[in-house]
Amino acid sequence: MKQFLTFVRKEFYHVFRDKKTLLMLFGLPIVQIVLFGFALTNEIKNSKIVICDYAKDEATQQIINKIEASQNFDIQKTLFSHRQIEEAFKAGNIKLAIIFPANFNNDLSHLHQAQVQIIADASDPNTANTLTNYATAIIMDYQQELMKNNVVPFRIVPEIRMLYNPELKGATNFVPGVMALVLMLVCVMMTSVSIVREKENGTMEVLLVSPFNPFLVIIAKAIPYLLLSIVNLSVILILSVTLLDMPINGSISLLFAESILLIITALSLGLLISNVAQSQQAAMLISLMGMLVPTMLFTGFMFPIENMPVPLQVICNIIPAKWYYTIVKSIMIKGLGFSAIWKETLVLFGMTVFLLVVSFKKFKTRLV
Amino acid sequence: MTNETVIKTDKLTKRFGDFIATNEITFEVYAGEIFGFLGANGAGKTTAMKMLCGLSTPSSGNATIAGFDIYKQTEEIKKNIGYMSQKFSLYEDLTVLENIQFFGGIYGLTDKQLKAKSNQLIETLGMQNEAKKLVASLPLGWKQKLAFSVAILHEPKIVFLDEPTGGVDPIVRRQFWDLIYSAADRGITIFVTTHYMDEAEYCNRVSMMVDGVIKALDTPDNLKKQFSASSMDDVFFELARGAKRKAD
Repeated sequence: MKQFLTFVRKEFYHVFRDKKTLLMLFGLPIVQIVLFGFALTNEIKNSKIVICDYAKDEATQQIINKIEASQNFDIQKTLFSHRQIEEAFKAGNIKLAIIFPANFNNDLSHLHQAQVQIIADASDPNTANTLTNYATAIIMDYQQELMKNNVVPFRIVPEIRMLYNPELKGATNFVPGVMALVLMLVCVMMTSVSIVREKENGTMEVLLVSPFNPFLVIIAKAIPYLLLSIVNLSVILILSVTLLDMPINGSISLLFAESILLIITALSLGLLISNVAQSQQAAMLISLMGMLVPTMLFTGFMFPIENMPVPLQVICNIIPAKWYYTIVKSIMIKGLGFSAIWKETLVLFGMTVFLLVVSFKKFKTRLV
Repeated sequence: MTNETVIKTDKLTKRFGDFIATNEITFEVYAGEIFGFLGANGAGKTTAMKMLCGLSTPSSGNATIAGFDIYKQTEEIKKNIGYMSQKFSLYEDLTVLENIQFFGGIYGLTDKQLKAKSNQLIETLGMQNEAKKLVASLPLGWKQKLAFSVAILHEPKIVFLDEPTGGVDPIVRRQFWDLIYSAADRGITIFVTTHYMDEAEYCNRVSMMVDGVIKALDTPDNLKKQFSASSMDDVFFELARGAKRKAD
């Protein structure tokens, strides 16, 4: 046991003396959270728009006030003629124009029908779509308020509820993704590199000649990364709760237990890579290419898996992070318990056992 | 020197597919002697040494190390041998003291033993000022002396040195051999491979390996007489000339 602790202490020296690795270890999750939280979000805030109001009456003023109050829009200018609209778009930073025709209020109260024109810069179709939706929602909202006073005989009002994420925040989607990504990347890369480094430096031979059990070498190497990953996970969770108002509706201990399972999966993958790779660079490259890209693409947090062709959907199923992503979303956002995620847990557990058996076998044959 | 045998091999062979890296080598090494294990690159020295250390399983043949069977008692063997690999084998990002404590620790030395040993070692090597410095900052010669001292920290019966003096200057090599002699005086058997023929002269007995076979084994003086050569260099050339394998 004392020998084992000596070994673990040595591994911690390695980790803490390597400033670059340490920076990556703790910098990566913070950068990812901040990046995804504030820069790479699919919500659109403070889009610059122009308004051309020919009516200038009570109704249009009320709608404009609503638009102004919304976080999504930032009214740059009020134009006097629709000719100025194209100029505004060409100037570049205007995303949307809203035009009220003359006699807007008049039409609305007498004909019970009025028109608004919304013109969007569709050179970025997704943004255009989202912005017109926002604008329509505001106008509909105003219409609803008017309706309260008048009784219309037939009306279907669809009531839409966005379950689990009523504000349609992007964070609920990407925080679990970032958690999966960071855990996979850090654990796989760190273990594979640290084992290959011993091979490269010739210290592995010395360790294998010593009476120290080779399997304990692996376990001792994994322990610092396991602990650091748990710290990392806590940092991600604290950041996402405080900075991004991310909910944790389910049990935190269950969340950590499932994360530790993923960490062990990642550590055994790292071990497997270290058996194949002959140099630290190779280990790093295989880990980066083999982990980063598939985890980003096939986990479902960037591209919905449902829309992928069947062969790609099959590939998704062999990515451990995909299962973990589902688990984390169920626990954090839906607040579900173990009974809802036991299948995913079982799959992840099966992968871990498989990887461990294969990599330990490989490790053993290398000694002979 | 006693005549107790600490390494005994009997037709020890290692095959990699069709290639026979070491072919039925049979020899004995006695307690406390400095045994030089010589041969050209690719002659099979490292393979043979790996089998003796338990890093590689022989294809056939038998061997005992410190009286323990190479197949069945590997754990016992590991406790009784030290090993210094061809590549420099300490941790560069650990200090001198931390390296000593780590390697002592995994050999199961107690804290008390470790403390006494590390003080003694640092004093012998004259590294009082460097004890708390990272190994990476030391000159190569010092690193190698340190690596050797660490390899015999647990007082093994036998220490295996795989080309320990590669790349260092003659003065450091001389100092290194002083360390080897003092270890041998304490009764540690030294099993050393080298390319330097002047170092072969320092050994009590020398074996010459060519194409996986031991072609000659005797004291340096006897070898020189046998091949009527003036130096070990000439002996080596005489033997290696017949080699068919290309150096790797």
